[in-house]
Amino acid sequence: MMNYRGIHDMGGLPAGTVQPSEHDYALWEKRVDALLVLLTKKGLMTVDELRRNIEGLGLDAYDKMSYYERWIYSITQTLIQRGIISIDELGRKMAEAQTRTDGGR
Amino acid sequence: MAAAEGISPQFRTGDRVAVRAAYPIGHVRTPYYIRGKHGVIERLCGAYGNPEELAYARPGRPKQPLYRVRFLQREVWPAYEGNPADTVDVEIFQHWLQPD
Repeated sequence: MMNYRGIHDMGGLPAGTVQPSEHDYALWEKRVDALLVLLTKKGLMTVDELRRNIEGLGLDAYDKMSYYERWIYSITQTLIQRGIISIDELGRKMAEAQTRTDGGR
Repeated sequence: MAAAEGISPQFRTGDRVAVRAAYPIGHVRTPYYIRGKHGVIERLCGAYGNPEELAYARPGRPKQPLYRVRFLQREVWPAYEGNPADTVDVEIFQHWLQPD
């Protein structure tokens, strides 16, 4: 097996200048943060699982997703892997939420 | 930190260590750039569940000693142009270290 280097493990690679900026968090981002706090406190997942599933994103997705988009993707993956939610349940809930959003327009 | 809780610390402050040059897949907390480098134990930080196991929903026990290890920047980055005495500290679990 060749030397494996995770997409996240970028220390020392050329990356140009860092552009620091402040921004407010959207409500959904705060909710994602709170969700992880609750899940870890209840022992339903660990931050290490959060990291592992983020690190498992494809290069394209890793670069394009925002910080909390990676988090919610990873939290969802972890809950499926642990059998806390099923894919069927997730699909149905997402469709339900979509209908709610569409109906509100 | 009771000994029963984890693996006994193998290194002490000031010990010279080498970071294992290993490149497995999976969730690894040892940065790629520091693997295979040589440094000195700055301090023992404590003992923590092994993240490589916790990442796969396994218990991660026994706890692994975690050290802060100090490296010379010019040894980590061959083209380093700063002060030759500059250092970088990296926190590394014991199972990634070997006596140097």
